[in-house]
Amino acid sequence: MTTEREPGSSMPLPSLAPTEFVGSSEPTVVSTEPSPIREFLSKRGSGRLADTSFAVVMLVCALSIFAIVLFIFFILISRSKLSLIAFGWKFFMRSAWDPVSGDFGALPFIVGTLETSFLALLMAVPLALGVAVFLTELCPRSLRAPISFLTELLAAIPSVVYGLWAVFVLVPIMREHLGPFFAKTLGWTGLFGGANFGVGLLTASIILAIMILPVISSLTRDIMTAVPNSQREGVLALGATRWEMIRTGVLRNSRIGIVGAIMLGLGRALGETMAVTMVIGNHAEIAKSLFAPGYTLASVIANEFSEATDNLYLSALIEIGLALFLVTIVVNAIARLMVWAVTRGAPARVA
Amino acid sequence: MNLKFLAAGVLVLATLGATAQNINGAGATFPYPIYSRWFSEYSKLHPDVHINYQSIGSGGGIRQVSEGTVDFGATDSPMTDDAIKNAKTTTMHIPTVLGAVVPVYNLKGVTQDLNFSGDVIADIYLGKISKWSDPRIAKDNPGVKFPDNAILPVYRSDGSGTSFIFTDYLSKVSADFRNKVGAAASVKWPTGIGQKGNEGVAGMVRQAPNSFGYVELIYARGNNMQFGSVKNASGKFVKASTDGVTAAAAAAAKTMPADYRVSITNAPGAESYPISSFTWLLIPLKSTDPAKAKALAEFLGWMLDKGEAEASSMTYAPLPKPVQDMVRKSIAQVK
Repeated sequence: MTTEREPGSSMPLPSLAPTEFVGSSEPTVVSTEPSPIREFLSKRGSGRLADTSFAVVMLVCALSIFAIVLFIFFILISRSKLSLIAFGWKFFMRSAWDPVSGDFGALPFIVGTLETSFLALLMAVPLALGVAVFLTELCPRSLRAPISFLTELLAAIPSVVYGLWAVFVLVPIMREHLGPFFAKTLGWTGLFGGANFGVGLLTASIILAIMILPVISSLTRDIMTAVPNSQREGVLALGATRWEMIRTGVLRNSRIGIVGAIMLGLGRALGETMAVTMVIGNHAEIAKSLFAPGYTLASVIANEFSEATDNLYLSALIEIGLALFLVTIVVNAIARLMVWAVTRGAPARVA
Repeated sequence: MNLKFLAAGVLVLATLGATAQNINGAGATFPYPIYSRWFSEYSKLHPDVHINYQSIGSGGGIRQVSEGTVDFGATDSPMTDDAIKNAKTTTMHIPTVLGAVVPVYNLKGVTQDLNFSGDVIADIYLGKISKWSDPRIAKDNPGVKFPDNAILPVYRSDGSGTSFIFTDYLSKVSADFRNKVGAAASVKWPTGIGQKGNEGVAGMVRQAPNSFGYVELIYARGNNMQFGSVKNASGKFVKASTDGVTAAAAAAAKTMPADYRVSITNAPGAESYPISSFTWLLIPLKSTDPAKAKALAEFLGWMLDKGEAEASSMTYAPLPKPVQDMVRKSIAQVK
């Protein structure tokens, strides 16, 4: 936040600036007494031991992240041993899921998870960027606080509430209005064929988009606010229009942060369980139509874990967890690569 | 003042905890309402016995009692031979109450209760009967005018005893269903959409026109849902009721095996409701703690004497008399 300067108060002279921090009432008094900080530093003896132990403690903290990830990975592998032995790495490429005959594969769930998450990003990212740009660059001051507050409120709603809302509001709208509209206008793409029951991949994607919108938009807004004003002023001074200023001065400077925000949103979408389970239709089949029911990795674990008695079945469900773990890692790695490829040695030039 | 009371309360709790017999159980969610009522009533009568029950699902109940982490388990589908062979603790199935599964539907303009044959329901879920106007549905419901709309079959996406009972029944009445799908708490449904829990299926059926689903009788009753009648083994259409379910159990009681692991779906008898099932407690035959086993056996005796009488008021069907007598003998073995 920039404070408004009164017209009468001039900028302080550079030479006076340091004294301002000591105390405005007696700026010129130089005390001979040691400052409290120096007193503390000279009293506490040698700092070498403290420094080393501090470094070690911090290292342990950092390593604990590795340890936790490795531990989770190890447990997932060891508990899914039965299914790993039975189906091998082909497990991730098989589309069977039949608990009765003990035939398992993760492909429909992987496809369902990726499909809904990316569709959600497709819908949420432009909207979130729009919200953030409006809030930081164009919004009248009186509107800024209420809109920011509402976006943050959206982020705090528990996912089961989103799920309930989707079941009672979004599903009927999809069935009676949105679905027929898509079928009529975009039916030629082949993505909106078949019967539309209101639940399915598209509905799940829409609810995911609504859920990740506040995450992406509030992070993006924070990143855009952090762009120094001199950048904006500089671009404007060169004769840019407002849109050009936003594009070259703000968006370009914050693109790494924006990608990070999108990744956080994607992370939430990949792992979201409750709301998706309630509207996706939970049918393990790979369908072409977005109206068709689907299934996600997180949903099948939530649905079937409590009643799985057979050892191979349990093991296959844990391997589904492993698949979710790997999907998240691979997607994040690809995103990192993309960021690296885009920003590699590129100064802030006009895109 | 307040602190004193608090301290006294803590002291009382502590002494209670020291002397009371704590029995822990886990398992099926379907009988949870009546179990929790039984356990709390029993604790009032016997302050020295505390029975804790966690409704974590039948699968979890079987696993935990087999591992010996809880004192008893509970399940809606009997343990398989494999599961019994691999269990660390040998357990006994004790039937407690019965439940039923009913077909529900949403058809605009159809107000009367519909009739369904088992093979028709199976073919709806197999996708072979895809429209309400199918002549096989009309045959069971003379005089009802059905719309020419596609049926939306709705099933339970979460593993559940309800699905087990339902698929067990469909596997008995349709060879095709048995070969293609089979009976289990979760199966690979050839068509339709899955919703979580009775409330998910019921919510979907209420909302979506032309849908067809299945829920527990207790849930349909509690929510005043309209549900259909099902044709039983003697060719009569029966609407589910606690009497019909107990009749099915009584019919099956004649051939009841000693370990109670019996499916009573499609039971004989003109009054029997065909999609019914027992729900069981899993009691370890040899407990590590004899005092606990004794307390459990005493509870089971109370359940037969007093508890069963409360079942129908909570829309559970009580055990038929011959089965109660059998169970009484079995309890004597719990040590």
